[in-house]
Amino acid sequence: MSLDAAAVARIARLARIRVTDDEKTHLASELSQVMDWIDQLQAVDTEGVEPLTSVVGARLKTRPDIVTLNVTRDDVLANATEPMAGFFTVPKVVE
Amino acid sequence: MSLTHLTIADSLKKLESGEITSAELTEAHLTAMEGARSLNAFIVETPELAMDQAKAVDAARGKSERKPLEGIPLAIKDLFCTKGVQTTAGSKILKGFVPTYESTVTANLWRDGAVMLGKVNLDEFAMGSSNMTSAFGPVESPWKRRGDNRPLVPGGSSGGSAAAVAARIAPGATGTDTGGSIRQPAAFCGIVGIKPTYGRCSRWGTVAFASSLDQAGAFARTVEDSAIMLGSMAGYDPQDSTSIDVPVPDYRAATGRSVKGLRIGIPKEYRVDGMPGEIDALWRQGEQWFRDAGAEIVEISLPHTQYALATYYIVAPAECSSNLARYDGVRYGLRVPGKDLTEQYEATRAEGFGAEVKRRILIGTYVLSAGYFDAYYIKAQKVRALIARDFSDAFKQCDLVLTPTAPSAAFALGEKSDDPIAMYLNDVFTVPASLAGLPGISVPAGLDAGGLPLGLQLIGRPFDEETVFAGAAALEKAAAFSAVPQIMAA
Repeated sequence: MSLDAAAVARIARLARIRVTDDEKTHLASELSQVMDWIDQLQAVDTEGVEPLTSVVGARLKTRPDIVTLNVTRDDVLANATEPMAGFFTVPKVVE
Repeated sequence: MSLTHLTIADSLKKLESGEITSAELTEAHLTAMEGARSLNAFIVETPELAMDQAKAVDAARGKSERKPLEGIPLAIKDLFCTKGVQTTAGSKILKGFVPTYESTVTANLWRDGAVMLGKVNLDEFAMGSSNMTSAFGPVESPWKRRGDNRPLVPGGSSGGSAAAVAARIAPGATGTDTGGSIRQPAAFCGIVGIKPTYGRCSRWGTVAFASSLDQAGAFARTVEDSAIMLGSMAGYDPQDSTSIDVPVPDYRAATGRSVKGLRIGIPKEYRVDGMPGEIDALWRQGEQWFRDAGAEIVEISLPHTQYALATYYIVAPAECSSNLARYDGVRYGLRVPGKDLTEQYEATRAEGFGAEVKRRILIGTYVLSAGYFDAYYIKAQKVRALIARDFSDAFKQCDLVLTPTAPSAAFALGEKSDDPIAMYLNDVFTVPASLAGLPGISVPAGLDAGGLPLGLQLIGRPFDEETVFAGAAALEKAAAFSAVPQIMAA
């Protein structure tokens, strides 16, 4: 098994997803199974191959640096939980 | 003929001549939608909006030039943001999210006169091949295996779209395809599904899963109808930096082109171990149909095919973990309170995401994490380059590639859900074209021994959807697929 419960806890922490101890054990076996299967890629000879970053090989276009977004502050806040005085809110982060 | 059984092309003709109104056509489909609620194909029904749009189209009739989809009711996959109408991506984390803007693809459809019936169900964040991962419950296929009443999956992730079109609730529907999410459900439901070249349709306003793979496309019951829809959906959009600024050809006209002299490539690596005999037989039948139509069959090799799924299951989760980082409970979506910000993030994402989405975020986070990035992510991007090169080499010898769409017909709800890898294998024939960004279409071509639809897939060169449509129309004509699902609007 390539991943144990401690590794799952570390990954879940990076991904900001809470997992219970039971889930950790279960996920360790599931994710190991997937990662072991994925390991077959190591057998492919990729010497001298450039990683593919764009399938169509097009150059990204540039555009004039002007504001084009046509939304109001209220639009942006419309789906927020507990917005206040025109702002998003979060639990206190500064002591 | 009942209004719900008309093709888009026929409806357009009848609307133009005044034989029917959009209000009549829309009402017939809304009645069908109500009658087929047991399929769970829709997350949100928008009957009032549909009737308003239809009446507006009827009122404007004759006042200006007719639009390509004028008065045609459509189902919209709940991954496209629709202004003022809840958009959830099939996830609890977006329950109640009402966009304040419209996706480019749906805006293009409304510009061309289409009418929205509602938002259709899908696998959560389009991650799945069965529509069983939706937070709004699974979609049931309108098809049944002969002598077996168990509910079947419609395929996924665009399961609601495929089920709605097959059950005659909508003549067409939008979908998105990341690794097969249009082509596989189209095959399972006995309809046509087209995924265009990456960059053909704008991704702006479509909820992101894996940005280098996601591409919008269309479902319909005929190749011509799918071409009409794609013609409206496609086009350059400055709001998506990967959208390509090339003219959209007349796809509908391309469906009338001859395939005489076309070279059809048969990739020998797709004849996988354990492929059911009836799928192999259908594939060989497809070759014969092309020969009969004057095309030439050539054997080709796509040597890295066997590595496509593993490559996909690094690239797609990596991009998903990055894209889904935005669901933080702050700006939109579910918020589960915690004593500090980190706890709030962790609780919100634990509660809001389903099991498959979490699994992919965790795999993606792992393959992108320090110490593993080169071994997994960069390695996968290199293998992806080889897979893309396989196709560009093959297209020196052929004009289209013909394969089965999926390795089996539809399976029963819950039949494969225990083993994630068994589920991933559904996409074995569709994922390679996705990794290479190529256009692909699934055409219903026959039935299996249980009476369930099977599809054949055609893959084309980048931005050559026209040849794909021409080949698909030839397949459609030869196959003359006329089977209908057991659950269907009158």
